[in-house]
Amino acid sequence: MTETASDLYEGLLNGDRRAAARLISMVENQDRSVRQVLRMLHQHAGRAHVVGLTGSPGAGKSTLACGLTKRYRDAGLAVGIICVDPTSPFTGGALLGDRVRMQELSGDPDVFIRSMGSRGALGGLSMATNDVINILDAFGKDFIIVETVGAGQVEVEIVKYAHTCVVVTMPGAGDEIQAIKAGILEIGDIFVVNKADRDGAHRTLADLEMMIETKPGGDDSAWRPPVIATKALDGEGIEELEDAIAQHADYLRESGLLGLKTEQRMKAELLEILNLKVSQAAARVLDEDEEGRELVRRMTARELDPHSAAEEVMEHLLKREVEKPGT
Amino acid sequence: MEKKIRVFLCKPGLDGHDRGVLIVGQALREAGMEVIYSGLKQTNDMLVEAAIQEDVDVLGISILSGAHMALIPRITELLTERGADDILVIAGGVMPPDDAEALVSQHGVDRVFGPGTNTRDIVAYIHEKTGNA
Ligand SMILES: Nc1nc2c(ncn2[C@@H]2O[C@H](COP(=O)(O)OP(=O)(O)O)[C@@H](O)[C@H]2O)c(=O)[nH]1
Ligand SMILES: [Mg+2]
Repeated sequence: MTETASDLYEGLLNGDRRAAARLISMVENQDRSVRQVLRMLHQHAGRAHVVGLTGSPGAGKSTLACGLTKRYRDAGLAVGIICVDPTSPFTGGALLGDRVRMQELSGDPDVFIRSMGSRGALGGLSMATNDVINILDAFGKDFIIVETVGAGQVEVEIVKYAHTCVVVTMPGAGDEIQAIKAGILEIGDIFVVNKADRDGAHRTLADLEMMIETKPGGDDSAWRPPVIATKALDGEGIEELEDAIAQHADYLRESGLLGLKTEQRMKAELLEILNLKVSQAAARVLDEDEEGRELVRRMTARELDPHSAAEEVMEHLLKREVEKPGT
Repeated sequence: MEKKIRVFLCKPGLDGHDRGVLIVGQALREAGMEVIYSGLKQTNDMLVEAAIQEDVDVLGISILSGAHMALIPRITELLTERGADDILVIAGGVMPPDDAEALVSQHGVDRVFGPGTNTRDIVAYIHEKTGNA
């Protein structure tokens, strides 16, 4: 392990916030030397309860994260917050403004807040987020809150593997209810109608409750997602949200689902890493190998179909990995 | 994913105007940087802690209230105390030339950008200093 990586690892386990911050940057930049650190800290992670917060921009996710964190802090718990916002696909830049809604938390050394750009490109976002979760977990955080905009598939993917997934909506968001119907309903363990101070809150609440009641599947012992009204700005409903998260955590433990969920997350994490590695290796074959380029030429000449070409690439990859172990 | 330049833009003290700092933020984002904004009325302690947690390359301090000499030297001192003095510090706002000069020569600020600065100059400066042209 490189000097700096091992220093940072030591620092992390000793509670050094700068070390944690540096390691997270290395993950974001896909710096290879962080891998050894991730390998070693895997054994130290697995204690934190991970809460996903998702919903459309402006629904109040950051404000809720702030309120929730204040309650955890009052109970003496340490909290990590990861806010993922979209990176502009055109410029690669991002404006990360979630901290603006979390001012009351900043300066508290036991709350670690990190803003991340989704950086898009070749997937990798949920992989990076998982790594960051593991870093904060090993860093000793009791709760880790992951905020993502519930729009893209990747963002949904991230919160799906949180222990408890909270879907946040607000009154008058008719389109949003449609979106929830279309996919987020399945992943929500808890639903929040924030901005309950606004007109139409009752209606949104009732709509959501109806959708959940008529949701197919699930026996009597299954978890029924509660719908909670909150006014995040003045802190109303946050206690109910905290209780619901605690109840869901109990449910996961008692039902044995916690183990299953962890297993699912590990599998998803592994698949994501493999996806990236295999597609990168395949791209290298097609770009750099004479055999690979020949395959593309034959396809272009209509002598070979893409499915057969893919078979050949897979064979090529497997053979190459056996011949050159450790690459 | 290549390394990206991360910038923390902050408004310390009691100053309530963030139009200027948001324009700078947009320009830096357009230039491909990740810009984290603090919101108004941050204490020095809060923003130094945030800059460390966010592991930024650049700290941009905007002050229009006239309190720059009271605030900025303390911020750079805190950065040094916490081992974060490798962060590039730039300041913007209305400051008399003598103050700007003193901030750079004595108080650890790398560069002061006065009112009316073209945002392109700020982008170019950051690129130059972070070796990411
Ligand atoms: N009226 C009202 N506004 C709220 C409430 N919660 C948050 N907001 C405001 O809604 C806006 C968006 O909140 P934010 O937490 O940034 O939403 P996010 O984009 O989902 O993270 C901000 O201006 C908040 O002050 C609430 O309960 N009621
Ligand atoms: Mg937010």
